[in-house]
Amino acid sequence: MTGAATPAAPPERPWTGVGTALVVPLVSILLALVVGAVVIELSQLLTPGKGFNVWLPIEAYRAMLEGSLGSWNNIVNTLVVSTPLVLGGLSVAFGFKGGLFNIGAQGQFLMGVLGAVMVGVALRDTTPVIAIPGALIGGVVGGAIWGFIPGVLKAVSGAHEVVVTIMLNYVALSVLAAAVNGPLRVQAAPSAVTLTVGDAALPILFGRNGHTGIIIALIAVAIVGWLLYRTTFGFEVRTVGANPDAARYAGMRPRRIIVLTMSMCGMLAGLAGAIELLGITHKTTASYATSVGFDSIAVALLGRSSPIGVLLSALLFGLMRAGAGQMQIQTGIPSELVDVLQATVLFFLVANVVVKRLLVRRSRTGDTPNARPPDRYVNEAVTG
Amino acid sequence: MDLGQIPVLGLVFQLIGYLVDVLPTISPIILRAATPIALAALVGVLCERSGVVNIGIEGIMLGTAFIGWVVGVALVPILGGEPTAIFGLTPALLGGLAAALVGGMVISFVLAWLAISVRADQIISGTIINIAAVGLTGYLISLLSKSSPVGAGNFKPFVPPAGLTDLPVVGWVFAMFLEQGPITMSVIVIVVVMQILLFRSRWGLRTRAVGEHPKAAETVGISVIALRYRNVVLSGLLGGLAGASLTMEATNSFQNNMTAGRGFIGLAAMIVGRWTPLGAFGAALLFASSQAIGRSISFAPPKGQLGDILTSVPPQFYDALPYLVTIIVLAGLIGRSTPPAADGQPYEREGIH
Repeated sequence: MTGAATPAAPPERPWTGVGTALVVPLVSILLALVVGAVVIELSQLLTPGKGFNVWLPIEAYRAMLEGSLGSWNNIVNTLVVSTPLVLGGLSVAFGFKGGLFNIGAQGQFLMGVLGAVMVGVALRDTTPVIAIPGALIGGVVGGAIWGFIPGVLKAVSGAHEVVVTIMLNYVALSVLAAAVNGPLRVQAAPSAVTLTVGDAALPILFGRNGHTGIIIALIAVAIVGWLLYRTTFGFEVRTVGANPDAARYAGMRPRRIIVLTMSMCGMLAGLAGAIELLGITHKTTASYATSVGFDSIAVALLGRSSPIGVLLSALLFGLMRAGAGQMQIQTGIPSELVDVLQATVLFFLVANVVVKRLLVRRSRTGDTPNARPPDRYVNEAVTG
Repeated sequence: MDLGQIPVLGLVFQLIGYLVDVLPTISPIILRAATPIALAALVGVLCERSGVVNIGIEGIMLGTAFIGWVVGVALVPILGGEPTAIFGLTPALLGGLAAALVGGMVISFVLAWLAISVRADQIISGTIINIAAVGLTGYLISLLSKSSPVGAGNFKPFVPPAGLTDLPVVGWVFAMFLEQGPITMSVIVIVVVMQILLFRSRWGLRTRAVGEHPKAAETVGISVIALRYRNVVLSGLLGGLAGASLTMEATNSFQNNMTAGRGFIGLAAMIVGRWTPLGAFGAALLFASSQAIGRSISFAPPKGQLGDILTSVPPQFYDALPYLVTIIVLAGLIGRSTPPAADGQPYEREGIH
């Protein structure tokens, strides 16, 4: 990662003040929706025989909004869908703060699922007071192990965490499949599946499926914020992320911090997996469908790695994911459109010269917009 | 099982015996599996030698795999034509291949623009390419699959004369390199040519200079920006070839996420091979071997004590083997593989702003 400190900022332009902290992401989202509309229009040409509907993008977005916010149950479902994105986003964001790129949220999530189902099934006939915390801790430990490994390898041998975490994502798939096909399998079942977690299931608080995990995710946002900005550990993480050499001269131990940071990333993503299992599926087959890995990266980048930003962008992407099903049913637009939108948002966020140029043309004249290396914003987005 | 009672040395001999036994059979499979990994690694070498980290290889492969396949599908009814006797070439397949190569360059250009001109974080730029590739291909395949398209088929392996492959002792080597489709066969040539160009040509010297010390390169009159652009866009050709090998040679159809981390394994191969084409190719062969041997063990396990041990391991372990080997080899290179000094650092010319 770009661990190097950014050069001293030039005198702020009017549009690079506090306002742009929100303006650039908002404009990026808007531009992404426009690109999404173009993609929808163009893809109509691919499926001839259905006629051409100019208003299809509007209808698609409306169906998406209806599916995510159209009724109380839909709103609750949007919160449920956003919950793993909040935790996964916090996981990636915490890594960014420490100068590490955690592409391993997917694998850590799966190990969280595995940890939670192992403990949950073992404690299924006890009582929720014991079973729920136990299973949650199981998931957190599972994720922590999957974060600890790349952390140690990075600290000891310098193996790049991006490659190692990606590889571990695939290993996690195999570990989960082996466990569910082996010791966790219900022998009588025709295909590999575990028992349900029984007493470890998270209680439903509101709506059709509004489980306790929503509250846990909110608490996690607060805890991560406190940890990063109000504790010595958080200060050390941010210092190592900004400049490992400076951190070493200041008497910190970057290697130790790297291991702890990656473990923390793993814990958060593992918690996401545990909550998903205990709150929604209650059991697992040999594979566990999720797109939390890439989603989390998008959430962390759009949220500029701040806990509040992560919360807001998780809600945005959660809204898209939750409404995508309705959009596909009503308009026939594949739900993968959400991935396209996500990538486009990130593109404009990173290529923010484009966004800023647009803003500049509107607000000022006669000034070249790209007078400074525009990676300044990106570095901020990454290391805070 | 009491480990103390197993004669370890005996097991090692059994394992070697098994490998010697199966190697001739699986050697063509190894080279085939190594092809996309090696090409991805070469993309990495080309980019990183000139100072640009390209983590979007996975996305470039996935994108071009789709483009090649879909253009082939579109061209079949227009161009028709009988496949040739050697390699099973058809106009549609060649059109698809060309589209994959051009597509690779276009996607690489986007990456180059983000990394070189915008000077965005290069790892994040690559990740955006990866996410976009998964999203767009998933979106389009889900639209297209409704009309159940007819594929353009795929390149067929060359059939060398039986007299050559049946030779005792060395016959399997001929089989390994000759019983292959055109893309797999071309990989060895590309590796050797790139190795020579990178270390023996003027372009190679300039590329390495730009990757190690761009300021010094600029002072002797090399345009850092232009060379980086050229190399990254050219690497798209190799990325497109890697993608085409997946949908037009190894299989004849496109599946969601079919790259399955091969781009990243390629990056690991590049690191293990110390940023040289030959080294990267060797590492790609190693990773592909772990995959092929894993498959071989789950399909035809060895007999005797060794077989009992190997089959008592859950079969999923062998699926995970290439990924595990990648991690272990990568972690084992403690401080012994150093990237080009300016790798991943955006370059800014002085005196312009």
